[in-house]
Amino acid sequence: MFFTTIILAVREIRRHLLRSFLTTLGIVIGVAAVVTMVTLGQGATAAVAEQISSLGANILQIRPGQGFGRGGGGPQPPDFQMADVEAIQDQVAGVRAVAPQAQSSGLAVRNAANWSTTVNGTTSQFFTAQQWALSAGRIWNEAEEESGKAVCIIGSTVQRNLFRNDNPIGERFRIRDLSCEVIGTLAARGQGGFQDQDDVVIMPIKAVQRRFSGNRDIRFIMVAVDDAYDTTSVQSSIESLLRERRNIRPGQQDNFNIFDTRQISETLQGTTRILTMVMGAVAAVSLIVGGIGIMNIMLVSVTERTREIGIRLAIGAVAGEVLMQFLVEAVVLACLGGLIGLLLALVATFAIAPLIQVPFLFDPQINLIAFSVSALIGIVFGYFPARRAASLNPIDALRHE
Amino acid sequence: MANEPIISLRGVTKTYGSGATAFQALKGVDLDVAAGDFVAVMGPSGSGKSTAMNILGCLDVPTSGAFRFKGVPVDSLDRDQRALLRRRYLGFVFQGFNLLARTSALENVELPLLYRGEDKAARHAGGMAALEKVGLKDWWDHTPAELSGGQQQRVAIARAIVTNPDVLLADEPTGNLDSKTSVEIMELLTGLNRDSGITVLMVTHEPDMAEYARSIVHFRDGLVERIDSNGEVDA
Repeated sequence: MFFTTIILAVREIRRHLLRSFLTTLGIVIGVAAVVTMVTLGQGATAAVAEQISSLGANILQIRPGQGFGRGGGGPQPPDFQMADVEAIQDQVAGVRAVAPQAQSSGLAVRNAANWSTTVNGTTSQFFTAQQWALSAGRIWNEAEEESGKAVCIIGSTVQRNLFRNDNPIGERFRIRDLSCEVIGTLAARGQGGFQDQDDVVIMPIKAVQRRFSGNRDIRFIMVAVDDAYDTTSVQSSIESLLRERRNIRPGQQDNFNIFDTRQISETLQGTTRILTMVMGAVAAVSLIVGGIGIMNIMLVSVTERTREIGIRLAIGAVAGEVLMQFLVEAVVLACLGGLIGLLLALVATFAIAPLIQVPFLFDPQINLIAFSVSALIGIVFGYFPARRAASLNPIDALRHE
Repeated sequence: MANEPIISLRGVTKTYGSGATAFQALKGVDLDVAAGDFVAVMGPSGSGKSTAMNILGCLDVPTSGAFRFKGVPVDSLDRDQRALLRRRYLGFVFQGFNLLARTSALENVELPLLYRGEDKAARHAGGMAALEKVGLKDWWDHTPAELSGGQQQRVAIARAIVTNPDVLLADEPTGNLDSKTSVEIMELLTGLNRDSGITVLMVTHEPDMAEYARSIVHFRDGLVERIDSNGEVDA
């Protein structure tokens, strides 16, 4: 009987194809909006998480200034020096690797090929801290690091754009005014969140400082904490060491900050999650509007089919069966709308995700939830019209013109 | 069993509305219909015959008085119980045919079986058998719009008899048909009454059609005026 009711409902929907589609359009748009928003939002959350985790596990980042920026008014807090890096290395327990970084950017040119990229000056410890292996070649040796020799290790994106299929090891290319020799290539890491991690040229920090920055300042220190040590205690050890080295009196605020990547990750993920929920909630409103659309048309349909209802009642349909018929019709309509909406969302997220550089993540859970909600809306908004149909008096209904 | 009437009305009244605007459509009707009978119900508009038919068809309940169908006191049944009674024992034929539009003849005829919970094969077999009885077996896939008035009424009759009901209620079944087709429909109804033993209750305006019945009940002013047996109709 229930299966028959569904067949009857589908038959009725097919009989009024255009009207049925317009009726359920609200659900289509609602479901598509919710699922697209949430899926993209989850992609963004994942992207943030991945970007941060790409910095490495148990990584502390030290920057001058308070918070993420360098701060507004007041004297600029001083950058770090190589001595700070060495102090952290020598005096703090539980530090696996300390990598200072001086960043710059520039156009890399080789023959006819050129590519605008990031230059990252650091020490060989960078590769340890990041646990980033080379795909070919070698890391610079101590002498090269000490003298700031113009040698570089290139990421796979730079390699692809400058060298195509040539073997880059031993080759030279120019970046800004500096001609450097490629001694190694990095293993590809892929898209790390919002940027291409492989789009990088890594050189000894002294080379970058001398040729590009023109000073010996270090803007950024990366500390990898030994797995056996607690990140928080290592963080506070570094904090007291740097306070001492930077002559900060007790009670005075730090003029540098240490971020635990996991902390940042949690904060950012929390933010994007809230954003996702807000967007999803806004989209959910359109689902309710869609439900009202279904109720509207079902009410019209009940009036239009009063005579049919009269016939059904006269030949012995009980009120519950008529109620069921209209309810099932509304639910089938809503479910069809939901399915179309899911398909639309799939296409939309697939198309939009690369545009806003967010990974495409298919989440069966949100799809299932959105579908269930559309079915629920069919039940809720279909009930009132169905109730009205079921309570018709058969004699009046039969007389209805 | 043969002696107990299938339908029995005792002092049945029906009042619509209340207070000053109340209208008493039936003022105390007594009527017995024996199983297997063919009864025509006649009377001018407002005589109460339609109200009586609605009560006999278990679509409505009397305001007072007793209505027993096969010995069951219908007046004490609720809405759904009466629906189940209609589903099991009654068939309806209307003046306006009342077929579902854009639905094939077979699907229309299968409808009562659907509500009885018959499976697809049984519905198909039953529907086709009923269509064969009314001579429309070859028209099973035609929608009402593709059928003539007489054919539509035949489909409606097939729908009414598909459940092998005890009683067939026909409300002016020939009212919308020409005289030739009317005769065909009446012959079909008499045949069903004679061959299948279905009790037929038919409202009609036309004395010619009433001639086919075994007895004629005349309604006037909410009361049964008189009952004529076949062949003794006053001009």
